[in-house]
Amino acid sequence: MKKLLTKKNLAALLLIIAVYALLVACDQFGVFNRQSKALLVPIGINIMLAVSLSLLVGFLGELSLGHAGFMSVGAYAGCMFTIHMDLPMAVELPLAMLIGGVVAGVFGLLIGIPALRLKGDYLAIVTLAFGEIIRSVLNNFSVVGGAGGLNGIPKYSNYTIVYVVMVITIIVIANLVHSRHGRAICSIRDNVIASESMGIPVVYYKLMAFVAAAVFAGIAGVLYGHNLGILKPSTFDFNKSIEILVMVVMGGMGSLPGAVIAAIVITVLPEALRGLSDYRMLIYAVVLIAMMLLNNNARFNEFKQRLFSKRAARQGAKLTKEGE
Amino acid sequence: MEFLAQIINGLSLGSIYALIALGYTMVYGICKMLNFAHGDIIMVGAYMLSVAMATLHFPPFLAILTSMVVCAALGVIIERVAYKPLRNASPLAVLITAIGVSYFLQSSALLIFGSTQRKVDAAINFPSIQLGELSISGNALITLIVTIILMVGLNWFINNTMTGKAMLAVSEDKGAAQLMGVNVNFTIAITFLIGSALAAVAGVLFISSYKYVGPYTGAMPGIKAFVAAVLGGIGSVPGAMLGGILLGLIESLAKAYISTQLADAIVFGVLIVVLLVKPTGLMGKKITEKV
Amino acid sequence: MALLEVKNLGISFGGLRAVDGFNVNIEKGALYGLIGPNGAGKTTVFNMLTGVYQPTVGTFTLDGENLTGKSTLEIAHKGIARTFQNIRLFAKMTVQDNVKVGLHNHVKYGIASGVFRLPGYFKDEKYLDERAKELLDVFGLYGERDYLASNLPYGKQRKLEIARALATGPKLLLLDEPAAGMNPNETAELMETIHFVRDTFDMTILLIEHDMKLVSGICEEITVLNFGQVLAQGKPSDVLNDPKVIVAYLGE
Repeated sequence: MKKLLTKKNLAALLLIIAVYALLVACDQFGVFNRQSKALLVPIGINIMLAVSLSLLVGFLGELSLGHAGFMSVGAYAGCMFTIHMDLPMAVELPLAMLIGGVVAGVFGLLIGIPALRLKGDYLAIVTLAFGEIIRSVLNNFSVVGGAGGLNGIPKYSNYTIVYVVMVITIIVIANLVHSRHGRAICSIRDNVIASESMGIPVVYYKLMAFVAAAVFAGIAGVLYGHNLGILKPSTFDFNKSIEILVMVVMGGMGSLPGAVIAAIVITVLPEALRGLSDYRMLIYAVVLIAMMLLNNNARFNEFKQRLFSKRAARQGAKLTKEGE
Repeated sequence: MEFLAQIINGLSLGSIYALIALGYTMVYGICKMLNFAHGDIIMVGAYMLSVAMATLHFPPFLAILTSMVVCAALGVIIERVAYKPLRNASPLAVLITAIGVSYFLQSSALLIFGSTQRKVDAAINFPSIQLGELSISGNALITLIVTIILMVGLNWFINNTMTGKAMLAVSEDKGAAQLMGVNVNFTIAITFLIGSALAAVAGVLFISSYKYVGPYTGAMPGIKAFVAAVLGGIGSVPGAMLGGILLGLIESLAKAYISTQLADAIVFGVLIVVLLVKPTGLMGKKITEKV
Repeated sequence: MALLEVKNLGISFGGLRAVDGFNVNIEKGALYGLIGPNGAGKTTVFNMLTGVYQPTVGTFTLDGENLTGKSTLEIAHKGIARTFQNIRLFAKMTVQDNVKVGLHNHVKYGIASGVFRLPGYFKDEKYLDERAKELLDVFGLYGERDYLASNLPYGKQRKLEIARALATGPKLLLLDEPAAGMNPNETAELMETIHFVRDTFDMTILLIEHDMKLVSGICEEITVLNFGQVLAQGKPSDVLNDPKVIVAYLGE
């Protein structure tokens, strides 16, 4: 237990509690209006989606364009469960999340199998195809409401529940990444041939990353369904998958805090621009392009480096000192 | 007989996919990037056609030409502004930028033309041909013929002109091509120009059959054409042709004999199965990494 | 019985015999050199011994166990580790993590221990850190343990690759041109390190070089490969004076 109480972990714990306290305080003292309060749950859900996709894109290094597909199968499975069961919420919701997670995980395994044979853009298109197949099947499946949507889902989600599940998601994925399993996953990203030569079971870890990412996307989907009370197949289209991908890329590949921040910004931004109505998407598009161009601009990067150079220099000095 | 009619439908739809897929495949071959904005060029092409005919009262031929010129210029501008600065960036950054461009085109169209679908008078209108019991749509036939001519022309262009050979060289190795005196920037611009002009033609043909255009008209044909390009082996010109035609046939037959709603799912399912058997598409080169 | 016994190993690429009738026996603890001009098939031999390519004919055994036809992963688990001619480090991981990937199979803690930070995680990670330090110290890389592998200078990247391969705890270590791109001083130092590794870890090493002088300095025995076939085999002094070898290298 002692090892868990490091300075870093304590700081993280304090942050988790402080953010929650702030949320409650803002809620109690009426800082949030109706719109901003309604954003809290989507923010949490998007963070879960971004962090789970980050495992695939940032750490395993495989491009997935079908994350909304995992989210939707989890959502439908979990919500079907609560609709047809008549249990108290405290039992029903965790069970729904479990079911949503497991079902999404099974689909993650199914999509992970082509990932063993395909590379890069070819895998990306398969994940895209997978997402579209799911959507069109859901659209034509009357048991789950078809194109009209699945109605009558109890609205169990609130910001406390979502916050707790989100924190657990982040901790689980961060800890996974910083374990021998996470190192194995990163080594596959950096050089799969070397990884295999070092005795890393590449097949196992690729599948594991896909399953883990799908499970958390599925759980996020369950919370999503229990927030809105209705699920529509059209929500989980290609654009939703892209939105999650944008969060991961904007946050900086392989950076979990970055993914969290980007998820918050990208959820809040469209709402903040609501007043601009039709110009909203245009501004979003321009911001997206500008961000990408800026991030890859040599002069901007130089500026960024100069900004952080003091910190880097300090670290460098520390390392050489220890090395001597 | 009905089966034959479906085949013709499929071939016509497939040739539209093939025309769009060519743009994907050429750009991928040369820049190794998935140009997600390519589908939206079709939409721009269709709007241009409508503006030229309805507002400017151009004759159909001139309207089509206008649409092609505007799209070609747009393609080149997009490359210059958004993709060129990212030539050495990670493929993912380029992909996201392309998606940004796609959103940009869609939302611009939304602002300019509004969200309601706009009816376009057909620029091409050929009477049906009656072969015994079988009636073949004239537009379907003309689509097929135009596509075949463009395909053959493009293939000739790539293999027989200096610019075409420069394109092949750049797609093999940008650095080496530059050292051999190939103007890489010009070659890439030409690639975008041709690809976008073909997309405009695809837009014109598409709208001749479907009559309506909206800001998101290009999205689904774009994705389908992308699938076609991958199915045929992305980077391969004959592959794009084959992939497009196959996709059109599968979609038409699935719609006619299995289920209209599930046609898309079947198309995507076929793609997954093909890639599992042939991981680089039907005509794609197998890439082995040297150890 | 020798540690590695290769019998009549050969591979064809579309009708071209890249390696033909390759035989070699390497005793435990040996430092063995595989040399030959460019394109002689040296790396292809390594690729066959590590399952990257499947040999068309012939067999090889490690410690008496037949490994022909096994996958790269299985062969790695059986105890053959390698470095690569064109460096293949985990570029975006730290120096220490590169070595810890090599040590992956030395600890057994599961996913649950990793995710929930159970005691097994801390015990095993501590062990890994200690082992990684030992290995990095051998190559003088411990001071740079938190650098990204891609930020190391070229010579140190080659050393890190050896450290990572050693970390897997192999019976046989294959080094593919470990001194490529190094200057004479760096090369001499590296050769000393390789000697040191062999002695301290009691390792059997097969190394590829095309610089014959260099190999004769540290290898007890060498095989010369030319156009995919064994040209000469034996003690460096004998082999280097073999007229066939001189012709292969210098021409008539």
